[in-house]
Amino acid sequence: MENGTPTQGEGKDPAGFLSEIIGNPVTVKLNSGVVYKGELQSVDGYMNIALEKTDEYVNGVKRRNYGDAFVRGNNVMYISADS
Amino acid sequence: MAEAGDEGNPVSEPLDLVRLLLDEVVCVKLRGDRELKGRLHAYDSHCNLVLGEVEETIYVADEEDDDDEIKASRHPLLHSTVSRKSEMLFVRGDSVVLISPQSRAY
Repeated sequence: MENGTPTQGEGKDPAGFLSEIIGNPVTVKLNSGVVYKGELQSVDGYMNIALEKTDEYVNGVKRRNYGDAFVRGNNVMYISADS
Repeated sequence: MAEAGDEGNPVSEPLDLVRLLLDEVVCVKLRGDRELKGRLHAYDSHCNLVLGEVEETIYVADEEDDDDEIKASRHPLLHSTVSRKSEMLFVRGDSVVLISPQSRAY
């Protein structure tokens, strides 16, 4: 890893990380604080996200289950790979 | 957008998922604790949507409870709600948070 290098050079970019974790279980937190856990189906340049087998958590409490879910990118705070 | 010839994966980009929901009943979460249920007639890359036979639900936090802990622990779906119906609705994309087929509440 070349963390902290100011030039991009051969270092990885954040979007590369996202395409690496496609198909993996992820946690997505939105700016509203709502959290979605599911399998990452795809991401695009707007950070729009398609999730599979998604659980929705509000205040840490599991609220709903979505078979598939499209999340609009502007609402995303972070995407974390779960494993 | 990417209408390139990769027919292999039906969901190669997130909006493909929305395309698969055309003419289906969808659940749309909006900013401001609002939710729409209706048939998806059209969408674009901004997530502007046209929905038919729509029911809008607005989740209203109860004002009487000033105790945040009680508020947080309570099931959100039990909060009072306001609903309204509309035959046809255009939704501006910037208020869209999530689009999915019918969801299941726990």
